[in-house]
Amino acid sequence: MSITLDAKVPDGPVAEKWTSYQFDRKLVNPANRRKYEVIVVGTGLAGGAAAATLGEQGYRVKAFTFHDSARRAHSIAAQGGINAAKNYKGDGDSVHRLFYDTVKGGDFRAREANVHRLAEESVRIIDQMTAQGVPFAREYGGLLDNRSFGGAQVSRTFYARGQTGQQLLLGVYQQLARQVGLGNVALYNRTEMVDVVTVDGRAAGIVVRDLLTGELTSHSAHAVVLATGGYSNVFFLSTNAMACNVTAAWRAHRRGAAFANPCYTQIHPTCIPQSEEFQSKLTLMSESLRNDGRIWAPADRDETRPPEQIPEAERDYFLERRYPSFGNLAPRDIASRAAKIEVDAGKGVGPRKNGVYLDFSDATGRVGEATIEERYGNLFEMYERITDESPYKRPMRIYPAPHYTMGGLWVDYELMTTVPGLYCTGEANFSDHGANRLGASALMQGLADGYFVLPNTISNYLAPQLGSSPVPTDHPSFAEAEATARDRFAHYLSIGGTRSPDAFHQRLGRIMWDFCGMERTKEGLEKALSEIPALHEEFRKDLRVTGDGISVNQTLEKAGRVEDFFELAQVMCLDALTREESCGGHFRAEHQTDEGEAERDDESFAHVAAWEWTGDSAQPVRHVEPLEFEAVHLAVRSYK
Amino acid sequence: MTDLDLTLKVWRQDGPDAPGRFDSIAAPGINDEMSFLEMLDLVNERLIAEGKEAITFDHDCREGICGTCSLMIDGQAHGPQRGTATCQLHMRNFGDGQQITIEPWRATAFPVIKDLMVDRSAFDRIVEAGGYITAETGGAPDANLIPVPKSVADSAMDAAACIGCGACVAACPNSAAQLFTAAKASHLNLLPQGQPERYRRVEAMVDTMEEFFGSCTNHGECEQACPKEISIDFIAVMNKDYLKSKLKNRRLLSRD
Repeated sequence: MSITLDAKVPDGPVAEKWTSYQFDRKLVNPANRRKYEVIVVGTGLAGGAAAATLGEQGYRVKAFTFHDSARRAHSIAAQGGINAAKNYKGDGDSVHRLFYDTVKGGDFRAREANVHRLAEESVRIIDQMTAQGVPFAREYGGLLDNRSFGGAQVSRTFYARGQTGQQLLLGVYQQLARQVGLGNVALYNRTEMVDVVTVDGRAAGIVVRDLLTGELTSHSAHAVVLATGGYSNVFFLSTNAMACNVTAAWRAHRRGAAFANPCYTQIHPTCIPQSEEFQSKLTLMSESLRNDGRIWAPADRDETRPPEQIPEAERDYFLERRYPSFGNLAPRDIASRAAKIEVDAGKGVGPRKNGVYLDFSDATGRVGEATIEERYGNLFEMYERITDESPYKRPMRIYPAPHYTMGGLWVDYELMTTVPGLYCTGEANFSDHGANRLGASALMQGLADGYFVLPNTISNYLAPQLGSSPVPTDHPSFAEAEATARDRFAHYLSIGGTRSPDAFHQRLGRIMWDFCGMERTKEGLEKALSEIPALHEEFRKDLRVTGDGISVNQTLEKAGRVEDFFELAQVMCLDALTREESCGGHFRAEHQTDEGEAERDDESFAHVAAWEWTGDSAQPVRHVEPLEFEAVHLAVRSYK
Repeated sequence: MTDLDLTLKVWRQDGPDAPGRFDSIAAPGINDEMSFLEMLDLVNERLIAEGKEAITFDHDCREGICGTCSLMIDGQAHGPQRGTATCQLHMRNFGDGQQITIEPWRATAFPVIKDLMVDRSAFDRIVEAGGYITAETGGAPDANLIPVPKSVADSAMDAAACIGCGACVAACPNSAAQLFTAAKASHLNLLPQGQPERYRRVEAMVDTMEEFFGSCTNHGECEQACPKEISIDFIAVMNKDYLKSKLKNRRLLSRD
């Protein structure tokens, strides 16, 4: 089987494509929609919004989440905000500017038409979420407030204290709960997707595992939507929730969905540095803090004084120095690498010398502690609980950590993967952020995909199927997929080795962080590519999973997810090795300017790389979708 | 940074219908920089190394926002630190040599699934009954069309901060869910966008709540236990709305 990457981008000027698409697409008559079944996997912003909207429109929807409730999805942890081209501040924002900033922020590695659509829909998202009761921050006059985020020179970020993701997800969850209550959506909680089933090359359904009983069951539908998030946990330590994993996307990949740009990972600059060896995750401190916080490191590498005693002249505000026009609001990839340079030069702070300062004393002097508390109070509290230090008294210590993955399943303009009938939305797809995502754009993309894009595009696929039934779940393909999954989980239990899934995950994460993290080299990636399969082999022989397969077994769940990370890790390193340029979050040490900035190679790499599964995780096939820029000129991305 | 030698008394229960028991597990060498759940991770790694089954407990974001984690720690929901979910609780709050008793949420409406994991889906039933604003995708007016006074938006946000963890129920001597339900209902009932369904909402939510949970007798334990420190004043707001919904009987008058 060979894959063709047809992006199906509509004709016409970029600003008119989405409008003309919506008119040209095929529709399903409201009375006929109940004849269609759609499966949605994942209930975060992208999945929950899609399931709720499809339910409202009259489709019969089955939604699946491995959480105990749809409200727990990791979208909930987004802190800072959501971008929208509302121009409520009158500071020169527009759909075109948001589009341009996003393409540039992604280092010119995203598909123009998708990004423009995202910018167009951003405006409706804020309207929709406000109508649903999301308590966005307001001015005293009652109108919506905005703040700034990295990579933009306008204030276009809407927020709900430091809990924007939580409030948006609760909005989505409530819409979904309404549809569940009305009987339009059947919700399966504590149920994990373990395989995608295809029949005659089209998505026919999924196999799921009941996490309470271990039972495997099949579900079929006219179309399947995956909204299963990103894969930052391949690094073991990341800002993602503990259960975030690549399994759903990876299993789809093994069934024929191409995986695009896996090496595009975002390392977020402002996280709390690691404090001890058994640390299970890293905690993000919102990018919004960079509105008022100034980032610095001591000028002297042997500095031992506490931060408040270091005089102004002996501090290096390195972002302001290197990027005077964007300063502390430089985009994430750039800010992260700058912090790494300081720490690598021995100027790190804290007991492990593994961080830099994020200092609020200037802002506190300017606007007062009460205002700072109102803006960031909950983040400061969270920081103090974790580190036992108060950011009101002493600068925060921060360091970059894996946070978001721009890569994901390849999708066309309609968000369909290379498997007909299999869609992918939100962070799980690769589409809109290029090689680097701007802050406050993940919530925007998840909601745009879920509320406004997928519910429009899916009818184009469903309409011609009127009158057909989903493939019955007693079809041999379902039986085969169930048997494979059953064997897989039984196998983990039977290995009887000596090491837990976490022990392997930790070692894999270390390899990925060292060689496929913030800075990559040919030599390092090749080393990783020899170490990962060796470790995977050890995993197959020496894994130990205690407990059984017929009741809750979190060790067993973890084993399956770690195994999929092993295969993903290889294609990530291969992708990073093949992409002989630096762009956005992908920084190859061999490709940098004299000043240490990323150096793109547009001649050879202005394309999406999408990998096809061949049955051997060391030998995937690389396909290319060229990126054409009509509305935006390729330029060196400068924030100086 | 110091190491603690602890003894855990952990509730183990093989399944919903199995009898439970306390297991005493030694936990030596616990770094006090660890979070409580990282301590449990380490204990689990050691159990697996001994060939034993790991302790089952719910957890996910470990940032105090997803509401997945729970645990009664020495009889207190989410442990001894005020306004802190278990995942944000750090071992520096405990002393060397201490014995720590760890139990699941105890409430009829939250049956134990296994060990420390419970089923909180009754909360979802309350939201499904009416904890939303009917605003279907596509028809929303411009977000600035209806100004919302800052104080109103702030109060709504205070209520909306609820993470749905269930500590309020676990801490309540009656296993009542008034604080959760009040937080959910008040968030929407305070906002102008929530007015059209205000009385229908509160009636449906409260009636569903009462199918699962005990009654509120104003102990105030819920507010003390809440990791987001949600005020019991919201219970008063909910009760007022509920009373009004019955007096006005809008459901019949409006014939909807």
